[in-house]
Amino acid sequence: MTEPTAKQIKDEKNYQQWGLTDSEYDLISQKILKRLPNYTETGLYSVMWSEHCSYKNSKKVLRKMPNKSSRVIAGPGEDAGILDIGDDQAVVFKAESHNHPSAVEPYQGAATGVGGIIRDIFSMGAQPIALLNSLKFGPLKDGKTKHLVDEVVAGIGGYGNCIGLPTVGGEVSFEDCYENNPLVNAMCVGLLNKTAFKHGTASGDKNLIVYVGAKTGRDGIHGATFASDEFTDTKNKQRSAVQVGNPFIEKLLMDACVEIIEKHPEWVLGIQDMGAAGLVSSTAEMASKAGSGLVLNLDNVPQRETEMNAYEMMLSESQERMVLCIKPEYKDDVLDFFKDYELDAVVIGQVTTDKQYKIYHQGELVTDIPVDSLTEDVPEYDRPEVEPQRMIDDRDYKFVPEIDSLEETWNNLLKQPNIASKKHFYQTYDSQVKANTLVKPGSDAGVIRIRGTKKAIAMTNDSNSKYVYLNPYVGGQIAVMEAARNIVAAGGEPIGVTDCLNYGNPENPEVYWELDKSVEGISSACEKIDTPVISGNVSLYNEYNDVAIYPSPMIGMVGLIDDIDKVTTSAFKEAGDLIYVVGETADDFNGSELQMQQTGSIKGDLRPLDLTEEKLHQDLIRMAIGQKLIQSCHDLSEGGLAVALSESAFDNSLGFDIKTKLTSAQMFSETQSRFLVSIKESDKDEFEKLIKTDFECLGYVTQEHIFKVTTADETVLMDGKKAANNWKEAISCLMK
Amino acid sequence: MKLVKIYVTLKPSVLDAQGEAIKSAINTMGYEKISGVHMGKYFELNFDNDYPELEKDVDAICDNLLTNPNIETYRYEIMEEE
Amino acid sequence: MKFAVVNFPGSNCDMDLYYAIRDGIKEEVELVDYRETSLDGFDGVLIPGGFSYGDYLRSGAIAVHAPVVKEIVRFANEGKIVLGICNGFQILTELGLLPGALIRNEKSRFICETVTLKVINDKTAFTNCYQENEEIRIPIAHGEGRYYCDDKTLAELKANDQIIFKYDRNVNGSVDQIAGVTNKQKNVLGMMPHPERAIEDILGSDDGLKLFQSIINYQVRVNN
Repeated sequence: MTEPTAKQIKDEKNYQQWGLTDSEYDLISQKILKRLPNYTETGLYSVMWSEHCSYKNSKKVLRKMPNKSSRVIAGPGEDAGILDIGDDQAVVFKAESHNHPSAVEPYQGAATGVGGIIRDIFSMGAQPIALLNSLKFGPLKDGKTKHLVDEVVAGIGGYGNCIGLPTVGGEVSFEDCYENNPLVNAMCVGLLNKTAFKHGTASGDKNLIVYVGAKTGRDGIHGATFASDEFTDTKNKQRSAVQVGNPFIEKLLMDACVEIIEKHPEWVLGIQDMGAAGLVSSTAEMASKAGSGLVLNLDNVPQRETEMNAYEMMLSESQERMVLCIKPEYKDDVLDFFKDYELDAVVIGQVTTDKQYKIYHQGELVTDIPVDSLTEDVPEYDRPEVEPQRMIDDRDYKFVPEIDSLEETWNNLLKQPNIASKKHFYQTYDSQVKANTLVKPGSDAGVIRIRGTKKAIAMTNDSNSKYVYLNPYVGGQIAVMEAARNIVAAGGEPIGVTDCLNYGNPENPEVYWELDKSVEGISSACEKIDTPVISGNVSLYNEYNDVAIYPSPMIGMVGLIDDIDKVTTSAFKEAGDLIYVVGETADDFNGSELQMQQTGSIKGDLRPLDLTEEKLHQDLIRMAIGQKLIQSCHDLSEGGLAVALSESAFDNSLGFDIKTKLTSAQMFSETQSRFLVSIKESDKDEFEKLIKTDFECLGYVTQEHIFKVTTADETVLMDGKKAANNWKEAISCLMK
Repeated sequence: MKLVKIYVTLKPSVLDAQGEAIKSAINTMGYEKISGVHMGKYFELNFDNDYPELEKDVDAICDNLLTNPNIETYRYEIMEEE
Repeated sequence: MKFAVVNFPGSNCDMDLYYAIRDGIKEEVELVDYRETSLDGFDGVLIPGGFSYGDYLRSGAIAVHAPVVKEIVRFANEGKIVLGICNGFQILTELGLLPGALIRNEKSRFICETVTLKVINDKTAFTNCYQENEEIRIPIAHGEGRYYCDDKTLAELKANDQIIFKYDRNVNGSVDQIAGVTNKQKNVLGMMPHPERAIEDILGSDDGLKLFQSIINYQVRVNN
């Protein structure tokens, strides 16, 4: 193929196919370069200026997020954020979406999503310690969706299991809006020795740029622009090859990078993952951050295919590759070090002082542009926004459920795919490798101990897009607070947040309003509980045939447990223990699973969330756990008290005997800021003295696997085993 | 009966991680002149002799189930069987 | 007693085993690279779980060509202790040091959960601290852990008391619910469950500890 000339690109507007607008192209040619960009240069701008790399549509909104606290060592702008956890240790984490690749090739799309997020962690010098994921699909009714779910789950497990990192938490949910645009969000948490922290920068004249890892092929070219594009039926067929993961190589790469930084910190000045937009994105960002320039020689790049041109090499998204900036005197040491791991490592360029980004290929200078123009000169868009019509129309709507049979409603709800046990999925993930997992998937948060200390890290992924759809601001607050309750219920102190912001097309004013308001909600909640947002990613254009997904911010939260004696799970422990619900229950049925079950859709506004009350309840539970008053603790969420009671009883096949002032319908209300706890009877006085108000003692745990429930309306006796089967088997049955 | 032998391989532009690992193992066994190994999948499908539009359906089965056209290609042979 | 934990590219339970020995039974242990050509100075070899060479081709198939493997075979033939866990078991069957093979789980999916095992033979170097028919809780994590052998081999395994652990139910479709077998001489054990993940109560079980203690017990007896 002959490359089009700079003039042809301008005349035929080829840049439009690559995602650049006319005004962006004019800005590049008239203001920045003052000449026409050639083929390679146009390609570089098109990926670097895509939403995925530049956040040009979302920057304005993202600035609203708090990113400071006494623990923050590094925040947004690095591969991942870092929080101090004392003793010269820090925790590093980030979440990332891989929605579009997973829709096209579900196994590899999901697998490479996991691979990419792991690289973001070890590129900071941290040892990855755990993985989580948040998945959203269409309803499990047709073969196509089931296949998609199977493959995504297999891809996540395939990569994580092989590389040997425990997958300790996550969530899976199903709504119509994700049928053709599934969401695949993965999170990785790492542990860092504070002194080992490496910035992703390329600084210092004549220092060398080293390429390490898998060879470069033509895979995933324009993945970044593709991630910033909408799906339509016809496009689905035209997709070219997606990138394929190799967890075996990544394991070697991970071990090598962690070791070189730990043992030879003087060799390495900067290190970065080649993720979206591959070589150009990683090297341009490293140079720009350091205020340097770069010269690259592409002839040295290890190649898997023949006759690749500069454009293809720079934009390739081949997986399992890293870029290092090293001191020239250690060149042989570094190359030998990686050779011992049987990894390709070559010098591909060096740092300069002229702030130009220069690329040579086969003796020719194919790119010569200011490095900052790729990363800093991207236009920022302030999109118009308007409140969605549905919110105005349904503002006063209030769903009032009718419960004919408490028992039947209860059992049916346990079978709902969004509530039923996700063991069918998570048991295919190795949750125990590394022998540090204190709480496995299935409780409120996963917990990993830090070997050799009394400390542990609690982590969770949470999102409830139904709430965000009904009220983006309150829904955003709820997403954060539910994650925080999960951390608190596990015995932890919430310390920080990463997020994946999954939305539709930002050029639609209603979508932009959803993004803006939900980020404001997330920000207000994070500020309240002092959990800065230290990393994350934005995935826009999640639409299929012009219909957007629900606004779906995913919150990944990490908590610190200072003493593993505080680790708490949601399962009832012993017959005779008293059961309490902490927090008042109101009629919150808009957006609930009950509304979905009874009407087939969701509708209506959400009540404002009282952040002060929410924080008070979290603090009280933490104090109670600290004083060893708590036997089990469970966050109340989808399906309300009824579902929380059931889940707490299932693990150890116990039952309960309770009497409540709530109505039968209120057993399913999804009022926020509530916890279900069980305590030893002997701790009753002390517990009640601590909590003071806003609690109800419901009854006690029983040995028999029977649920005896007296509400304001009726008394029912439910067979615990039958309820457990409904909950445990529902997903496996649907997946058949 | 007709026997259809279907060979599914990765497209040339897609990384064949397994093939690469097997190749280095073969090289370390001492067979150093082997420069490429590619791994694929093999299927045998049986059809009745009077099956109408056999090739069309085999293509459809390959396109929609046996392969992901984004990363894989296929070829097949149709043989007569007793 | 000094153990070697052999580390192949792609092994990922090497450190878990290392800590089980160092912290669990407080014995000497070293990681050994797959390129080593001598295991002199070690009393036992442990082959960890993971995905050696990505499990490409067949689990364990590529690892058997690594230089260190000759030494593992020598150890086995000299009657020294060799223990392969999960991928280590797969490597030992690929090597022919243990009978049978490990194939894709019956339901074709990876399974990670803590299962109940029954100790079938309590008179070996690996099980002398357990009681016969004792039920122990040990985690499994594998996609290709279904033990397969033909009827003749199964009859031999039974006749020679080579079946060491069985699952208490059909977990992955293994022949006779077999979870772990030894060679005829009973110095080489392969098992799919991970005893090294069950050495502390806070991780859910410490039932795996007795397996490692049994090895020490046995060695003390041999040395005296």
